[in-house]
Amino acid sequence: MQYEAVIGLEIHVQIKTRTKMFTAAPYEYGAAPNTLTDAVVLGLPGTLPVLNHTAIEKCAKLGLMLGCEIAEVCKWDRKNYFYPDSPKNYQLTQNEEPLCIGGKVEIELPGPSRNVEGEHRWVALNRIHLEEDPGKLTHEAFETVIDFNRAGVPLAEIVTEPDMSSSAEAVAFLNCLRNMIVYAGISDCDMEKGQLRCDANVSLRPVGSDKLGTRTEMKNLNSISNVKAAIEYEIERQTEILEEGGSITQETRRWEVESGTSFSLRSKEEAHDYRYFPDPDLMPVQMDRARVAELEAELPERPLDKQRRYQEELGLPFTITSVLCVDRELSEFFEEALKTHNAPKQIANYITNDLLRELSAVSEHGESAHSVSQSKLTPAHIGTLAKIIDEGVISKQIGKEVFTEMFATGEMPDAIVEKKGLKQSNDTGEIEALCREAIAGNAKAVGQFKDGNEKALNALKGPVMKATKGKANPKMLDELLKKLIEEGE
Amino acid sequence: MSDLHFKTISELAAMLAAGETTSVEITQAVIDRTAAVDAQVKAFLSTDAEDALAQAKASDERRAAGEALGPLDGIPIGIKDTLAVKDQPLRCASKMLENYVSPYDATCIVKLREAGAVIWGRLNMDEFAMGSSTENSAYQTTANPWNLETIPGGSSGGSAAAMAAGEAIATLGTDTGGSIRQPAALCGVVGMKPTYGLISRYGLVAFASSLDQVGPFARTVEDAAILMEAMLGKDDLDSTSIAPQGETNYAAALKEKKGPWKLGVPQEFFGEGIDPEVKANIEKAIDWYKSQGCEIVDISLPHSELAVPVYYIVATAEASSNLARFDGVRYSHRSEEAKDAMTLFTKSRGEGFGDEVKRRIILGTYVLSSGYYDAYYLRAQKVRRLILSDFEKAFEQVDAILTPTSPTPAFKRGERADDPLAMYLSDVYTISVNLAGLPAISVPSGFTKSGLPIGLQVIGKAFGEADMFAVANAFEKAHDYAQQTPTL
Repeated sequence: MQYEAVIGLEIHVQIKTRTKMFTAAPYEYGAAPNTLTDAVVLGLPGTLPVLNHTAIEKCAKLGLMLGCEIAEVCKWDRKNYFYPDSPKNYQLTQNEEPLCIGGKVEIELPGPSRNVEGEHRWVALNRIHLEEDPGKLTHEAFETVIDFNRAGVPLAEIVTEPDMSSSAEAVAFLNCLRNMIVYAGISDCDMEKGQLRCDANVSLRPVGSDKLGTRTEMKNLNSISNVKAAIEYEIERQTEILEEGGSITQETRRWEVESGTSFSLRSKEEAHDYRYFPDPDLMPVQMDRARVAELEAELPERPLDKQRRYQEELGLPFTITSVLCVDRELSEFFEEALKTHNAPKQIANYITNDLLRELSAVSEHGESAHSVSQSKLTPAHIGTLAKIIDEGVISKQIGKEVFTEMFATGEMPDAIVEKKGLKQSNDTGEIEALCREAIAGNAKAVGQFKDGNEKALNALKGPVMKATKGKANPKMLDELLKKLIEEGE
Repeated sequence: MSDLHFKTISELAAMLAAGETTSVEITQAVIDRTAAVDAQVKAFLSTDAEDALAQAKASDERRAAGEALGPLDGIPIGIKDTLAVKDQPLRCASKMLENYVSPYDATCIVKLREAGAVIWGRLNMDEFAMGSSTENSAYQTTANPWNLETIPGGSSGGSAAAMAAGEAIATLGTDTGGSIRQPAALCGVVGMKPTYGLISRYGLVAFASSLDQVGPFARTVEDAAILMEAMLGKDDLDSTSIAPQGETNYAAALKEKKGPWKLGVPQEFFGEGIDPEVKANIEKAIDWYKSQGCEIVDISLPHSELAVPVYYIVATAEASSNLARFDGVRYSHRSEEAKDAMTLFTKSRGEGFGDEVKRRIILGTYVLSSGYYDAYYLRAQKVRRLILSDFEKAFEQVDAILTPTSPTPAFKRGERADDPLAMYLSDVYTISVNLAGLPAISVPSGFTKSGLPIGLQVIGKAFGEADMFAVANAFEKAHDYAQQTPTL
């Protein structure tokens, strides 16, 4: 029998806020252990939670970005379980009524090659709810230590429908989701820092069946490559069991990165009874519809919508849009540059080739990853450079030199051209004299050209360019040389 | 000046203003009295005389500089061991928090400090406020100063006994199902539970969050009103706190509001289980109101008979979750026997909690568990709404409701210790008030033949504290019960 996989994901995203979900304690990644706590974070006797409304708004914004419906009221439940990383031994979460309901995410599957756009499809979401992050346990040789810095950080849990069928789809989903969340400024989604974490539910069913099989839940998938490997491993494991006539046990499994395998954490029978009930310390918050509409209006264009628009309206190829649109900053830089000079292709090329190359060169020289906003260039630099090339003020060749110079100094391209005297020479008298010299000095090349070898012209152009330090207008030079050779016949 | 410790806040405030005494003198009188009688009463778990005198000295210096803060400036107020006071033990009378010292002040303490009060000592209670006799304290059993063989009521038994014995000028307690009013009645002092949300719960160690309220014990209704004015108000640290509505100048309003009122008497509160002496006493009090021109209206609170079972579902459910944080990991008792995370939890909790706390955690865990939640917790919440709607209907007709505070006077130590159900019925007249979130006060209404105090409960409308105080004050001023003190 042939089986197909059914995959659903649960993604936890830390919402970027100045303070924690229920108290004014600050949060940042990498601070010394247990320095970002207060009486509420530690669950000291007598303390009470107070809502961080910014976190609620950001979660609502996330929901709007992902096409969810926003609940009328934001309510809180307690999820009761004992674990040393949980200061209160209950987690404040939303069980009965999540803040964001439904939703769907457009994903782009990998194409047949890197330069070719893949298929697009939609993945349905079940819900997004808000909760608080627990602390972090680190198991050392003879003891386990707890860091409560992370405890109480606002966490959005995105739950998909079982709507994917391969590891490739799951990976595409995570990439597209991450782009959207970063675009909307909700989280940086750095998986290494735990800002985005993923659990995967996997089940198999005979191809063509619409009945769901028994699923397992895989935890500890802290990178996209882990997600891919763990799903593939689980599909293989379940397939083997079914093919041998066995049945799948509903259980929670933990992925082991080192061995590339997983093991059972707990079965369904051992699953916790979380004893959910409405939290009596927090009042339900009515979601102001006008404010929700405002949040919706503030949303950025979704990355794949932008990609479509660049392709359809600006005529940019996938090879360019796939680079430009994954980075909101880069695409905004691009659109700003268009205001100086409306030449999408040229400008997109400068950004995706020259600018990104220079930026990565800087990063390689030991400095931390360099982004557009950290460079000295503004959109006006790129716009102006493209403009003076199109206007024939400088050649493309000189343009490369100007780019390097302006990237290093931040000077405007026209100022560099002026300062260095790089303006393209259109003085036909001077160039004509030089051309005559070149023709006279290289009879062999002239002969070859006459025999139909167009490339031979380059041997004649060389000395002229050298003499003018590259400032001769190459197009003009071509025409002039041809004319003079014809005249000389 | 030997009787300073039995004076009221308003008397002492007048004396302080007139320069007839000082806060240091009052505080010293309270310290001396405590030293003299607390070996018998055992109201305090700990005291810090040095700290109290330093606060008193600061108060006297303020006054000398012409910067006195109001009627509470310089008045020593005893604090129940479930309210956080910075740098003082916060043990909730439990082994679980034996070595715990609070790093912060509860909001009600902050407000009392802003009013100049002297924060004084840690008062005994039932462990984590679970009980009606203060016998569930892990440290000591407090005696009722009127008869040392009897219990002071609970859970705020230390707060009530300290008042009756003159060991503080006023005290704070907490009331989840009657834990202020019942001990106040049994010890012959005034005890009051405000409308839910009127006083911040921040710094009150939660037992049942949707029911817990901080409230004052005082010698007079007026003193209770003064304390309430100082403590009420919306607090950014407690989302369930509410900005007060209506009249909040309670102490001033007392003198203006003279009735006559329409007063409701619920027949359900005079049936089976009430002690005949208590019944007769409260009926006499009702007759007094009638004699003053008040209209007495027979009302019905039909769902009140369900209040006790509903309470023991809602309160224990919340408690099972609220007390989960005491796990041996961070600050609470840690078992020496623990070998891993699971035994750290089970052994630490097994050793740290007393029997009644364990009983309620188990009950609360059960009613929230999968498959039972709808039948217990959800149904209890529905009945709770019916209890509230009974009160709302009644208050369409009346200004306040009169009932006994407790079905019996103080009982003997150990008498109900092994019978939790009998103990739970001690709060049969107070519990429905918490479930409905209403304000209520217990005011001394006389004594049994054997000399044990009895209390009259006046229940007000939500945020109707001003009327509730006025009704209680009228009775108090016409009788001398509040001025009587036990012989120790």
